[in-house]
Parts: sequence; C-alpha cells; structure tokens
Amino acid sequence: MTDVQDRPGTSGNAEQVDHVVIRFAGDSGDGMQLTGERFTTASAIFGNDLATLPDFPAEIRAPTGTIFGVSAFQVQIADHDITNPGDAPSVLVCMNPAALASELDRLEPGGMIIVNSDEFDERNLTKAGYTENPLENDSLVGYKVILVPMTSLTKESVKPSGVKTRDAERSKNFFALGLVSWMYTRPLDSTLDWIKERFAKTEMVMNANILAFKAGHAYGETTELAGNRYSIKPAPQPAGVYTSINGNMALAWGLVAAGQLAKLPIFLGSYPITPASDILHELAKHKSFGIRTLQAEDEIAGIGTALGAAFGGHLAITTTSGPGVALKSETMSLAISLELPLVIVDIQRGGPSTGLPTKTEAADLMMAMYGRHGESPLPIIASYRPSQCFDAAIEACRIAVKYRTPVILLSDGYLANGSEPWLLPDVSTLPDISTTFAAEPNHVNEETGEPEHWPYVRDPETLARSWALPGTPGLMHRIGGLEKEDGSGNISYTPENHAHMVQTRAAKIAGIAKDIPEVEVTGDVADADLLVLGWGSTWGAIITAVDRQRAKGRKVAQAHLTHLNPFPSNLGEVLRRYPKVLVPEMNSGHLAKLVRAEFLVDARTSSKVRGVPFTAAEVEVAIEAELERKL
Amino acid sequence: MTDVQVPLTSRKDWQSDQEVRWCPGCGDYSILTAVQLLMPELGVNRENTVFVSGIGCAARFPYYMNTYGMHSIHGRAPAIATGLAVARPDLDVWVVGGDGDLLSIGGNHLIHALRRNVNLTILMFNNQIYGLTKGQFSPTSELGKVTKSSPMGSVDAPFNPLAVALGAGATFAARTHDMDRQHMQEVLRRAHDHKGAAFVEIFQNCNVFNDGQFEALTTRANRDDMLIPLAHGKPVRFGKDKEKGVIITSDGAARIVDVADVGEDAILVHDEARAEPGLAFMLAHLASSVTQPTPVGVFRAVQTTEYSSANARQLAAAQERNGAGDLSALLHSLPTWEV
Ligand SMILES: Cc1ncc(C[n+]2csc(CCOP(=O)(O)OP(=O)(O)O)c2C)c(N)n1
Ligand code: SF4
Ligand SMILES: [Mg+2]
Repeated sequence: MTDVQDRPGTSGNAEQVDHVVIRFAGDSGDGMQLTGERFTTASAIFGNDLATLPDFPAEIRAPTGTIFGVSAFQVQIADHDITNPGDAPSVLVCMNPAALASELDRLEPGGMIIVNSDEFDERNLTKAGYTENPLENDSLVGYKVILVPMTSLTKESVKPSGVKTRDAERSKNFFALGLVSWMYTRPLDSTLDWIKERFAKTEMVMNANILAFKAGHAYGETTELAGNRYSIKPAPQPAGVYTSINGNMALAWGLVAAGQLAKLPIFLGSYPITPASDILHELAKHKSFGIRTLQAEDEIAGIGTALGAAFGGHLAITTTSGPGVALKSETMSLAISLELPLVIVDIQRGGPSTGLPTKTEAADLMMAMYGRHGESPLPIIASYRPSQCFDAAIEACRIAVKYRTPVILLSDGYLANGSEPWLLPDVSTLPDISTTFAAEPNHVNEETGEPEHWPYVRDPETLARSWALPGTPGLMHRIGGLEKEDGSGNISYTPENHAHMVQTRAAKIAGIAKDIPEVEVTGDVADADLLVLGWGSTWGAIITAVDRQRAKGRKVAQAHLTHLNPFPSNLGEVLRRYPKVLVPEMNSGHLAKLVRAEFLVDARTSSKVRGVPFTAAEVEVAIEAELERKL
Repeated sequence: MTDVQVPLTSRKDWQSDQEVRWCPGCGDYSILTAVQLLMPELGVNRENTVFVSGIGCAARFPYYMNTYGMHSIHGRAPAIATGLAVARPDLDVWVVGGDGDLLSIGGNHLIHALRRNVNLTILMFNNQIYGLTKGQFSPTSELGKVTKSSPMGSVDAPFNPLAVALGAGATFAARTHDMDRQHMQEVLRRAHDHKGAAFVEIFQNCNVFNDGQFEALTTRANRDDMLIPLAHGKPVRFGKDKEKGVIITSDGAARIVDVADVGEDAILVHDEARAEPGLAFMLAHLASSVTQPTPVGVFRAVQTTEYSSANARQLAAAQERNGAGDLSALLHSLPTWEV
C-alpha cells in the first residue's frame, strides 16, 4: 500500500519528500481553481493527506492580465497528518506576469517557479506593472525557475482535436496540470476520467483537454525537467472510505443528515451571498430528501420564511454571510421570543460592509453573540475544519430542535472553500436528534373547564417549551413577539413576568452547557506556560504551531472551542490553570474579550485581518512573543 | 381541505378567550366580527387555519381568533406566512396587516408573495395612517396630510394599494370596507376560496387618528353615489338608479359617465378573469383619492400556478425519479477511495 513505485502514474528516480506546498496562480479566466481542485482530488485518491486554500478575486472576470484579476489555489500534500494548507508554498505555478508579481513574495526562499513564459510579452508585463521582464533580469535569482512555453505547446498539442485556434489555448491549465502531475508523480486516471465526464457533451473540448493534459505530462518526461521529480507517499490514515470535501459541501450534507436524524423535513430560506451560496445550491439539489429550498427576496425573507416553516414543524435553516446576518437580526430575536428551532448559518467573510467578499475573516463572533436587540441569548456553534462542518451542522440542529431556539452556526470563507480528505462516517452511528410534538392539551381552562394548549409549558430539565403544530386538533394557540406569560403564552406586561421570562430564556441557553462536551486540552496539559485558545478555522494553523513549539522544547497547551455560547462548563477552570492565555483570531480579539469578561483572565489576542488565514509560522511568532512577555 | 369532515362551528368557536384591545369604535372590530362570522361558513377546520400578522393595531388580529396564529414583527408577515404555506400546503394561511405594515416596511415581502402566487389570503386594513404609533402619515395617506410627523402636510405621494398589488402580478385583488359586513364577507369568501395569493384592501376607520377618512364613500347616505360595485360579467354602473357608469375611452382610460349620455351598451362590462391585468389596473386608478367615486369588489381573479403546490410537485417528481433520499449514498456521491 505504501510502496509508491507500484502505483500507477509513478516511476522510478523520483526524489522522495514528505510534503509539498504548491500554489497555482493565473488570471481569473485561466482555470486555476479547477486545476488546483483536480490536483487535489488526484492526490487525495492517491492517499496523501492534504489541505487547500482557494484564493480568488471578487470580480467574476476581472480585466485579463491585471494583478487584481489573479486567482490562486494553494494546496499542501503530505505523507503524514496535516491540518492546514501550508505556510509558504515551495512551488509556484505562474500562468502570467501578474501572477508572478502578485504571488512571488509568498514563495519560500529557494522555491521553485514554473512559468508560462509565452505570456511574458510587453503587453502583459506592462499590465502587471513590470518595466523589465523579470525572466530576463536577475530579479528571480535564488529561485529555481522553470520556463515552459505553455501556451504555444498547448496550441500545438491540441491540434488533432480540431478545436479552433482561438479556443486551443484555453486548455493550457490542463497542460500545467499534466506537468505538475508528472513532477509530483500523481496518478493520471482520476483526472482523465474526470475530464471525460465533465466535457462529455463537447467532445472536441474534451479531447483538447486530454491532449493538453497528456502533453504537459510528456513534457516533464522528455525534457531536462527529469531532475525535478518528486514522490510523496500516502499518509497513514485510519482504514475506511474517504472522500475529498470542502466546508460548504460538508455543511450542506450535515444539514441533510440532520433532517434525517431529526426525522423532520428541511426547509431552507436563503438569499444568495458569497461565500454561502453553495449551500443553497447543494440543498436545492436534494429534493428527494424532502428538502424545500426557497430563494427569498432578501435575507429578512430568508429567515422569515424559515421561521414560518419552523412554526409548521420543519427543521428550518437560513444560510448567509455577515451582511445577511445583520439583516436577520430582528427575526432572530423574534425566534428567541417565540422559542422555535431555527439554524442561522453564517459563512463569515471580510467586513465591514461588502468588505472582502471572497476572502476569509472571523469577525462576526460579537455580532453572533450580541448583535440583537433586547436580552436575546442564543447558542453559537463554530466549525473548525472543512470536514467537521458536517458534525457542526448536526450539532447546531440538535441544539435548535431540543431547546426550541435559534442557533447560529459560524463557518468562514476559508473553511467553506478549503477541502481535505474525510473519512466518511457510518450513518448508523450518527446521533438521533429527533423530538416530539405536543399531541394532547396540556392545561384545563379555569373558567370554562375545557382542555386547552398552553404553548409555554416547559420541560423542567431543558426548559424547552412544548411544540404544537398547526393542524393538530384542540391545540390551537397564538404566539407572538410581545412578552408573554410563562405557561399560558398570553400577553403579559407585568414587571415580574418580564424579569422571569428574561431569566428563563437565558437559563435555558446557559443550561445547554450541561449537554455539550467539556473543552479538551492537548499538549503540555499539566505544566504548560501558555495555553493557546482558539475557535473556528484557526485550528489547523494553531495545532501545527503548537506542535512545532513543543518540538522546540517550549511548554504549550492548546484548547479549541466548538461551542461559543454557552461555553463548555470547564472552560473557566481550564483558562485559570495556565499562567498565560493566547487567543489567535481572524478578528480584532472577539473571543479574548468574551473570556476576559466571563472569566476575568488576562487572555491576549493575536489578531490577523488580512483576508487570508493564519499560517502556522505566524502563530508560532505570537506564541514565542507571548512566552517571552514579562508577567 | 374539503375531503375531511368539517364539524359545524359557530362564531363562538372561532373567538379566542383574549380580551380585544382596540380603541372603542375602531373599524377593526367590525372586520373581526365579519371574519368570525364568516369562518363557520367556509367549511374549514380551526386547527388547519393560521393567522399570521406583522405589527400594528390591525396586526393584533390573530390573538382574537381561536385558530393557530403568529403575531410576528413589523412588515414580515408575508414572508413568514410564505414559509409556512410552502412547508405546509395543507394549511389555510391568512395574513393580516395595516397599510404601514404591508406597504411600507413590508412592501417588499408583499409584492414577492403576490408575484410568487403563494396560497395566502392577505387582508390589508387600510386606515391611511399609522395607528399603533399614534398617528403618523402612512404610505397610503394623501398628499398634504397633516400629522405629527408632517405638521406642514405630507409631501409623500401615496401608494394606490390595488395598483401595487396588480403591478406585482396579484392573481386576486379586491377591495371592501368596514361599514358593510355583507360586502366584506362576500369579498373575503372569494379571497379565501382563491387558490393562490389573494390581496384584499379593506378601508378601515381609525376613529382616533384618522376619523372619518372614508366617510365620503362608506356611510349609508354616500355609498350609492360613491362606491362603484364590481361584479363579474356585469356592466360597471352605480348611483341610486344605476344612472352612472364607467367607460373606457378611446385613449385607453377609465372614465365615469352618465349612462344616459353614452347608452347602456357603451358601459364597460367587468371581467375579473381577464388574463391581462390592464383593465383591473385602469379600474384601480379610477379614483385618485377617497373623495372620488371608488370601485369596490373583486378587481381581478385569475387562476395560474400556485407556488406551494408547484414546489410540492418538484419534490414529488424528484422522489419519483430518485426514490427517497439515501444519506449514505449522498456521502458517497463524490469520488471516494478506500484506505
Ligand atoms: C422594526 C419596527 N419599526 C417600527 C415599529 C413601530 N411600529 C409599530 S406599528 C407601526 C405602524 C403601524 O401602522 P399600520 O401598519 O398602518 O397599522 P395600524 O396600526 O394603522 O393598524 C410602526 C411604525 C416596529 N414595531 N418595528
Ligand atoms: S389607534 Fe386607530 S386603528 Fe388603532 S385601535 Fe385605535 S382606532 Fe383602531
Ligand atoms: Mg394603518
């Protein structure tokens, strides 16, 4: 299994390495995301562990050749367990001068640059801001530069397919993919199969892409590139069936699963917004699961329709990003007052306002926590790696249904689009999250002696109210946003009742702490000088940084939160156990502020708001600085 | 809804035990009475009936009905009701709101519910004022209206609610008023029985902040001369002796004439079922204020695809084609490999 030599697409005399970080960069129209995804899938099927970081501009087709039109895709593949797409790439594939100009300073010193030299003409150089051709002066000294005239080689190779000359060069990303596949001894079958399936309807294009892909591969084989061939063994992984999944897909499937596990039909009300739309697209495909999707007129209607469906007994979801969450705020408070289950998915992106729509950030935590009017607590769940978005979605739905409450599920652009191998769960081991609806009246009217339904009669354990569905005879009742009397649900403005209801709604959410796992500490649990506390997508960078620091002899522990409201019941004790607490966050310090306020600990923030995730190296620098800080 | 045995009910069965809290004399009372008296005649079950409202005086309505109900937030009732109707096509969903609720803050949801043609019965209590917030001008208040928020007179041009509804593609659009229970009930029955989104504007007197706003039209003394009853297939005529009528002029406008002047044959015959909404639109624009003769009744009633059933049909078709969803198969639907 681990003998690379026996695998298809590999050959001898390749140097063995334990990992590589490759960054594909080109114009938005060059198909770099697709190239990266195909390389990733081939590597995943080959058995490597991997993590990806797609990085693309907000414009659908920015003017060609410009720096802001550069689209990049970074992937780390390894023969061991990895958690992030790598810090600095060691290989940079540049399809044009703009890609070189925008991406070069990410490359590690001495790294390899594979350049499509055909595109380095006067015009493209000017567009990228070069006054001199960097391939011809000494600006790339110190790097290993491999010049490949990809455009002309592609045009030549696809001739037998009969595509028009104008279209011929479109296949150049497959040439690049073939070349890099050769260089990293990737098996070819999965990519060839994919091309055949994807372009089945346009045979000429399919043939052109196959020819370009094979030509790229052959180019490696037959040129002086022979000394630049590497193999990366499969990573030891637990036995089972794997698939390569990104966060949005995992999240969407988690919602599908939650509907099955809750035995409730799913209703999704949503308004398109990057980077959340793919969840709407995915759920819209799965009508055979009884899933209803409604593309609403705006985010308010997205959550409004969902809330209406929740009243009708559906597992109601609304998906969006930060600007949409802002619009949903008032309806979330209504859902809190109505005490109906509802899951609000926020795929965070850079803000404020339209901000960086295609770039990642995690600065909606405070909004999730406090961004509503009145006393309106709700549970918050955050996913921390692409595949785990599946479990996070189920957990959000579990809590919503069990406690009759809206729940915010936080993910971000990095998790949404990043992918990794996922050991598929056995669906029979997934939790039962089903609930019961009220079937009988739960009260007798004092005046009339008639049985009736009181909507705010609570389960003493969970404080969840009874959920009676329209259509159930004898249980007719009215709910609304006005303050209501506990029990009967009748409008009540009395001071005592309002105070009681505010406290009861808060106690219900706080009580969920009894129903979630304690936070786990790893690393130097007993004697760390520093605890690194994280939430969300920083997990991958933090875990690698902590490992490296410990390997360097530093005493560091790590804890990562999936439940941000309520916090796990042992969090205060964990935080007080260590002399220092560092919180790396993709915001200006939201979690640090929350734990400071809640636990009076001197948690310090390491902030990054650059639209790209933390690298492990950056977290290491922050750890070292914090360890050195005099108390 | 008609295949289940519906037990006989009376008004009392549809009244909730909640004390009604509108101002004494408010037009909302007569609408509530009309609805409570009508419900037993509609052949529907209380448990399958849901009233969803926004915020405003009008929006208190659901509390007083012994059905399922939701008093939601300002403007959002059409969206919430849409979700409920799509999720539960078996229910009879009503929306109640004021002119501010449904045409100002909720205008967007209203027009989208109408163009989707969701199976909803939408009642807009139009008092041409913001009642609950104590008397500011509303999007249906006339130009020049003096209120607390427009001391020198409003400079906002008002919406014509029926024109908005028809412009949004309403498949059912009607108008009635709070002074005529029988007319209200006739219109509401038609609206309820319509399969799709039904929009009903109800002129409603707010005796505290806009008292007498509709008096020129709705008092017994004025009705004959000022209300133009629309009846499908009948000439559009009004007046004590039906001496006035509506014609369509050669330049395409609706105009009021003396029947004697033009002859009976020239009078417009109302056709609520016309696929093309132009005629209904002209009638909606016949009066530009509530001091001019104003048509009431059903302007438009056409049958087209209803949204929640179209949605349900897609679900059924997908299940027919692929069988019921299989979670394990879904998880294995992308390329997989075994370790
Ligand atoms: C988000 C929000 N904005 C404003 C209000 C205040 N408000 C309550 S009702 C209302 C207008 C009511 O007018 P209308 O809808 O015509 O109902 P009426 O009271 O006249 O029946 C306003 C502005 C609110 N409740 N919520
Ligand atoms: S303020 Fe006007 S609309 Fe509201 S209850 Fe009083 S009379 Fe009726
Ligand atoms: Mg009003």
